[in-house]
Amino acid sequence: MTLFLQIAFDGILNGMLYALVALGLTLIWGVMDVINFAHGEFLMIAMYVSYWLGFLMNIDPLVSWVASGVFVFLLAFVTYKLMVSHLVGKPALSALLATFGLSMFLKNLCLNRFSPNFKLLPVTVLSGKTIPVGSLILSLPQFVIAVFSLAVIFIVYHFIASTRMGWAIQATAMDKEAAELMGIDTEKIYGLVFGLGGACVGIAGGLLPTYMPVHPEVGSLFGLIAFICVAMGGFGSITGSLFASLLVGLVEAFAGFYIAPIFKYVAVFALYLVIVMLKPKGLFGW
Amino acid sequence: MRHRQSGFGLGCTIFGILAILPLIPGPLQGPFAKHVLVMVLLFASMSQAWNLLGGYCGQVSFGHSVFFGIGAYGAGMAVVKYGLTPWPGALLGAIIASIVSLVISYPCFRLKGHYFAIATFAIVEIFNRLFMVWYWVGGALGLDYPIIEEGWRNFMWYETKTPYYYGAFALFVLVFSTARWIERHRIGYYMRAVRDGQEAAESLGVNSPQVKLTAMAISAFLAALCGAFFVQYNLRVDPPMVMSLDMSMRFVLITILGGLGTLWGPLLGAAVLIPLQEYTRAIWGGLGGGVDLIIFGLLIIVIVIRQPRGLMGFVSWVVGHRARARGRG
Repeated sequence: MTLFLQIAFDGILNGMLYALVALGLTLIWGVMDVINFAHGEFLMIAMYVSYWLGFLMNIDPLVSWVASGVFVFLLAFVTYKLMVSHLVGKPALSALLATFGLSMFLKNLCLNRFSPNFKLLPVTVLSGKTIPVGSLILSLPQFVIAVFSLAVIFIVYHFIASTRMGWAIQATAMDKEAAELMGIDTEKIYGLVFGLGGACVGIAGGLLPTYMPVHPEVGSLFGLIAFICVAMGGFGSITGSLFASLLVGLVEAFAGFYIAPIFKYVAVFALYLVIVMLKPKGLFGW
Repeated sequence: MRHRQSGFGLGCTIFGILAILPLIPGPLQGPFAKHVLVMVLLFASMSQAWNLLGGYCGQVSFGHSVFFGIGAYGAGMAVVKYGLTPWPGALLGAIIASIVSLVISYPCFRLKGHYFAIATFAIVEIFNRLFMVWYWVGGALGLDYPIIEEGWRNFMWYETKTPYYYGAFALFVLVFSTARWIERHRIGYYMRAVRDGQEAAESLGVNSPQVKLTAMAISAFLAALCGAFFVQYNLRVDPPMVMSLDMSMRFVLITILGGLGTLWGPLLGAAVLIPLQEYTRAIWGGLGGGVDLIIFGLLIIVIVIRQPRGLMGFVSWVVGHRARARGRG
């Protein structure tokens, strides 16, 4: 029983991390109907920022997540201005392919500059620490990320639901032209949303080096899982993607333990297929 | 009618030029240049197979590396496990790929837009991992070819690449002729009708699920034949080599670069991208690591933003420009 609970616990913590990564993608997809294929690479860049700050200047990831978040916000904003703004409203495929090109560019740029070697910060405040909870063991770095994830989701949710800017974002998502007629600068909204999506994944990436090594391929799998979470949750639904992320985390943990480690992602992808077969617009889609 | 004739003439000219290409003395004689030509023809064929479904029928699949891989494993298993020639393996692989494609896509075609695209990603990842642990087909180690007698019977050569070139050329002729036949055939018009407006097509009596499934089966069959060629050319196969998202994306990118839903787009795209990829890799690959893919990534971004209709869009713009100038004169 303890083992079962422990696995469930780890699955939920991992699911919270996926939720934070998927949150940015949900925002972008929901508001702009664009799939950002470079999302996983944004995560990787954030991890490198945090890693280099820790390695060169001895700043702990607990502090440098701010820098990662801001950096990826700017990166995403520039990406929007230079690339994505030309592609909004075009066939869905074009934005996906252009961002795929970007992901290839970023991944290989990092490969070229930082080498393919795994890099892990040797000493951070959190690394290796655990908290015993009854008979379970809680890994502190993962717990901290889960807390951050909840906090960021809460803030973003309230930002969208109850600020003027949030209402403007909702209006733009519902009907771009009508929003423009009401005097909303949709161009600004899109830029902001893309940046915000980047900032969410930037925060996740900033905290990850406390327990996960950085390498150029690290983002690919996270990106794929984030697509799955977002699509499983349903078009642009923040609650949906949170729920789906937790489900993915749990399925991954249980399949990895009870079937075989190599099958954990098979189970996750199969779960996605089953769910969209039953509900073609995802769990919370309409 | 005139358009039809000129299209036919263009096709014969291109086939003719490609048929005599290895005979021309000069820079094309070296083994590396031959390798590049083989890869161009192979990827042009593969992208055309994808184009039948993605371009003409509008169903953008990122899962074609699965069918490519099944074809590759078909030929590989025949040679490595059963000691046969690759031919029956390739044929069986192509038939299995068609069946698998029908089984997979029957439920998936209900999904729209991004949901369909992500489902095809998921399918590639599932197949990749299943083949990794399926020891009967070699698992993660893959299949390594034994050294056996070279020639057309075994479809392998060790000292020259010219027969491979003609093998790729035969594949190319087969795939492009099929594509041209489909383009002019009733099913081709149905496919484009489904792409341009599924509801409208259905209201006029087009059985859209059947059309999509037909396109899928043909596309998967041809993709598997390309896979069989690929494995005979490399003389080994493992799951990441054939069944990966990167491989799938390559077919898509070549077609998009050349021109989605056009007959000669895939050839044009492959003729630009493959040499770029091979030569940048040859020049910088060992030193810089990834420089070829950095350039590749940038190029994709620029093309998608600047010319969404691909290089064929550029070609038709030039041709139209000349025609307009002639009209004025």
